[in-house]
Amino acid sequence: MSALRFEHVSKTFPDSTYAAVNDCTLAVDSASFVVLLGPSGCGKTTLLKMVNRLIEPTAGEIFLDGTNIRALDVTALRRQIGYVIQQGGLFPHLTVAQNIAVVPELLGWQKARIDARINDLLELVQLNPDYYRARYPAQLSGGQQQRVGLARALAADPQLLLMDEPFGAIDALTRAALQDEMLRIKNAINKTILFVTHDVEEALRLADKIVVMQAGQIVQYDTPHKILTEPVNDFVRELVGADDMVRQLSLVRVASVMSPLPNNFVLNGTATIDANDDLKNALSKLLQTGAPSLAVLQENKPVGVLSLEKIRASATGH
Amino acid sequence: MILFDAFQYAAARSDEWLRALEQHLVLVAVALAIGIALCVPLGILSSRSKSVSFAVINSANGLRVIPSLAILFLAIPYFGLSFTAAALALTLLALPPILINTDAAFRTIPAAVKEAAYGMGMTSRQVLWRIELPLALPVIVTGIRTATIEVIASATLAAFIGGGGLGIYITRGFALFDNSILLVGAISVALLALTAEVLMGGVERLVRIPS
Repeated sequence: MSALRFEHVSKTFPDSTYAAVNDCTLAVDSASFVVLLGPSGCGKTTLLKMVNRLIEPTAGEIFLDGTNIRALDVTALRRQIGYVIQQGGLFPHLTVAQNIAVVPELLGWQKARIDARINDLLELVQLNPDYYRARYPAQLSGGQQQRVGLARALAADPQLLLMDEPFGAIDALTRAALQDEMLRIKNAINKTILFVTHDVEEALRLADKIVVMQAGQIVQYDTPHKILTEPVNDFVRELVGADDMVRQLSLVRVASVMSPLPNNFVLNGTATIDANDDLKNALSKLLQTGAPSLAVLQENKPVGVLSLEKIRASATGH
Repeated sequence: MILFDAFQYAAARSDEWLRALEQHLVLVAVALAIGIALCVPLGILSSRSKSVSFAVINSANGLRVIPSLAILFLAIPYFGLSFTAAALALTLLALPPILINTDAAFRTIPAAVKEAAYGMGMTSRQVLWRIELPLALPVIVTGIRTATIEVIASATLAAFIGGGGLGIYITRGFALFDNSILLVGAISVALLALTAEVLMGGVERLVRIPS
């Protein structure tokens, strides 16, 4: 877990007349999943790459757990941050296992420890180690490459993960599967994740909080639910399609609107729904079963309840 | 039968043939070694900058246009009729393919791969040795293969300027109007070139990126 703070960060590229990132101030809580969302050219990738100093800001400071990242050695900083990019950026001449081993080797881990770690990570991303360890990137599908990319970024157990449009070049079906995977892994690894996308549905689906960016500036920084129900301006409203209620419901996760579990709650036959499922499915389940509320499950354990009123309130923002 | 005559001629002078072969191989080895030592680093440097690359690649291509024999004769005023003159002239021939291929190989490494490498915390030296060089190697080796064949063939001409090598049989056969002597040189060089081609093909397979 790592907390991240941007203070008045700006970046103007050489030969450019405008600021790609313009005075961005932002605090990312430890262990939260924050998505940078906006149209291409809005500065979201630039903002992300300033965290591992692939791009240096022209003004402002960035703090990782309270330490100014400029005070850190740049390679040491990068080795403690996981980095996933579009199409994986896997090294084509190295096997899956060798790709995953890169950062642990840079950090001087023992071979046995690296070996065990590779197996654990491949299992985490649901690739059979026996089969995939010795494969080369060109022998994998896009989705598999992206899983390996994620495993590689997690190799040295970084507390912060930067993901730059990781599912951008993947077909819609595989992308949905990877997003599910991402939600599962997020719960399993408990890390701070900064994730760039221009895909609104992806952002609403994955994020704890969304940073909406436009022309280098942060327009709104809020939970997916608030972004949908209380967009700060027309740009955000149109970007997220806040007027289409049914679509909205399908984009909000149950976990983000459920009520806490009441005291002495017993599951006992109550209709249930998964915390990562969306409100549209929750609504149809409520209508089907006629139950007053659903028990929300996470990893098969009840973590909250969801009532019809709660869904209605979430849709109207009250 | 002229082939038989040629074989007999070489067999009767096997010591001389071996010495010629050795000279030929040394000429080729020296030219290639200098070519690689010079062109791989230069190609890496030129690939980093558009303007340097433009200048270097065009000079290299210019060098390619000059006939081998002309380069050999051009070397005489500076180094006399000698092995050194021949070796240096052959080196000039080895430069273009190695240089051009190294430049192209480094230029075509996907930016995403390099960015991932830096983003994961590799130093620029580590990126060069662990990522860029292995990825560029297949194309560089292809350049070296081209250079090898070119130099083996052109080293035959070294005999014209007193550099020795298997070309001595060609100049001798020419002078004595004896085609069987000429063939000793021609066949030996052809076989040498074929062997090199096969060997370098093996090296290419060794460094190929799995797909």
